[in-house]
Amino acid sequence: MQVFPDLKGRYGDFGGKYVPETLMGPLQELEEALDQAMADPAFLEEYHHVLKEYAGRPTSLSYADKLTGHLGGAKIYLKREDLNHTGAHKLNNAIGQALLAKRMGKEKIIAETGAGQHGVASATVAAKFGLQCIVFMGEEDIRRQELNVFRMKLLGAEVVSVSSGNGTLKDATNEAIRYWVANCEDHFYLIGSVVGPHPYPRMVRDFQRIIGDESKRQFLEVEKELPDRIFACVGGGSNAMGMFYPFLEDTSELIGVEAAGKGTDTPEHAATLSKGTPGVIHGSMTYLMQDENGQITEPYSISAGLDYPGIGPEHAHLFQTKQVRYEAITDKEALEALKLLTQTEGIIPAIESAHALAQAFKEAPQMNHNETILINLSGRGDKDMATLMEHLQEEV
Amino acid sequence: MLTKTSFQGKLTKTENLFIPFIVAGDPSPELTIQFALRLQEEGADVLELGVPYSDPLADGPTIQRAAQRALKSGMSLRKAIELVPKLREHGLEIPVVIFTYYNPVLQIGHEEFFKLLEHNGVEGLLIPDLPFEESEEIRNQSEEKGIEFISLVAPNSDQRIKQIAEHAKGFLYCVSSLGVTGERKEMSAEALTFIEKVRQHSQVPVAVGFGISTNDHVRLVRDHADGVIIGSKIIRLIEAELENIEKGKMDEALKHFTNEIRALVQ
Repeated sequence: MQVFPDLKGRYGDFGGKYVPETLMGPLQELEEALDQAMADPAFLEEYHHVLKEYAGRPTSLSYADKLTGHLGGAKIYLKREDLNHTGAHKLNNAIGQALLAKRMGKEKIIAETGAGQHGVASATVAAKFGLQCIVFMGEEDIRRQELNVFRMKLLGAEVVSVSSGNGTLKDATNEAIRYWVANCEDHFYLIGSVVGPHPYPRMVRDFQRIIGDESKRQFLEVEKELPDRIFACVGGGSNAMGMFYPFLEDTSELIGVEAAGKGTDTPEHAATLSKGTPGVIHGSMTYLMQDENGQITEPYSISAGLDYPGIGPEHAHLFQTKQVRYEAITDKEALEALKLLTQTEGIIPAIESAHALAQAFKEAPQMNHNETILINLSGRGDKDMATLMEHLQEEV
Repeated sequence: MLTKTSFQGKLTKTENLFIPFIVAGDPSPELTIQFALRLQEEGADVLELGVPYSDPLADGPTIQRAAQRALKSGMSLRKAIELVPKLREHGLEIPVVIFTYYNPVLQIGHEEFFKLLEHNGVEGLLIPDLPFEESEEIRNQSEEKGIEFISLVAPNSDQRIKQIAEHAKGFLYCVSSLGVTGERKEMSAEALTFIEKVRQHSQVPVAVGFGISTNDHVRLVRDHADGVIIGSKIIRLIEAELENIEKGKMDEALKHFTNEIRALVQ
């Protein structure tokens, strides 16, 4: 088996370090510190201890019996990352990187956020470990995610509003990288997804693989065999990468679900793999949404966590090698799935996670009763209430 | 001992270089030609012609704004390269370095990109998000086509300085301080020490950029390096004339611009 990334930080044709020279030193420093930390049993022990005592891991694996009965077909299980402290999988990675920042002697962290979940996770670990925290967030996302902005501020973080571009995650990421270029000596850049220059995609994957590792163990306990299909939503792709990675050599079919927004036949979507082309964004070679001149275009999704024009380079590789199947779900389909889960199981998922649910709900009825589905419920829907009220108020 | 940069024989000196940066199409292709000619008249030795990009990771707000204006004027990598022969027709003689982020190059494709550079008589190339480790293919292709691939070193390049300097062509772009492009108030003593260190390893002229915005900076850099690169400050001077340009007062705008450049680099 070939191990990815290789020494140059590449996953086949993708990955690498496409950054200004000023960042090459800090990335080298990070890579060395990361390699040492991941080989240090004391570091890993502390990471797992914090995950258990503070984040509330392991998260449950829930059998969705009513939903299974409702849809017919395959048995549906949910990996409950919504039960993590702060309400999403984002905390796993934030804890890992914050511990690494401390180990490196960096007392200030920078983060970017779209939906606010990574910003909240970063602000949370900053409070927990006594670090200063600056979160860059697009002004449009600040408007959409007012509650999370307040949470970050309450936790003591400084939230910087980014007005360039569409004022969403892409622009917040540009701004965070530019800030890091100027302040790399004493700031640790805590990236929230499996994107960015090497070693970020690998680091974030390795801090998120806890999701897949736990799922595998829990599923084998309950079902005695691995799931037939595993679904996870993909924006940058960290929850999906964390879930999929431990299953890559197994028999389970892996399905990543992108945001089709208003439809992949319209310009308003964030379906990077379905509709994008290879290029360089935020320091790595991957698939991205761009025009014929190589200018990066603005994505769209109802979910602030999915409207990112790029995707993690390892996903690009898994797409190219067909190890993972990628599908796209519209806003409307996601909202329908969200309502169905909420009203059958009493779980309100994040709109991001509802994309994975929607694809699984399409496929479950076509599968046999003895087959099984695992869906990664990456986060809870509390943060999305304003959006949900806007779209669903008349229906409930 | 410095080797004379080739730049196809167009660069006649190896010290006291003035290398201005402007963005192609800011605020229009026609005005880019006018500003470039004025810069040549005021002693520019090389022109860095920036290609506007939607997501410029190495640039500060001033150059970002210029890129946005240029994108609105319809500029692209292809059009920026095709602007070079038009600059020549109007009398620009100094070497031109195309400054572009990597993604637009990838979309055109390396082969087509180099064909365009060669066909339109571009002398140099600078890609700020293509560090040494990722640039081997482009460096080789540049060498093959006789186009200078400009390398950058930063204050935290440390052990990389020697390796980068050994492969440097044309001139070596020395980033004066950590951070993105943009004007800064002062040049630090550390920056000057760093410049001296880079010069020890470089076989080509060392030009210093990022933050050069006053005549004092220019003089200080000239005492320690072979050249000075000025970007954001020049773009600010163009910005200051936008109102005159909109009102059609072109002569006035170009006169102000020329006077300011003269005061800056004299």
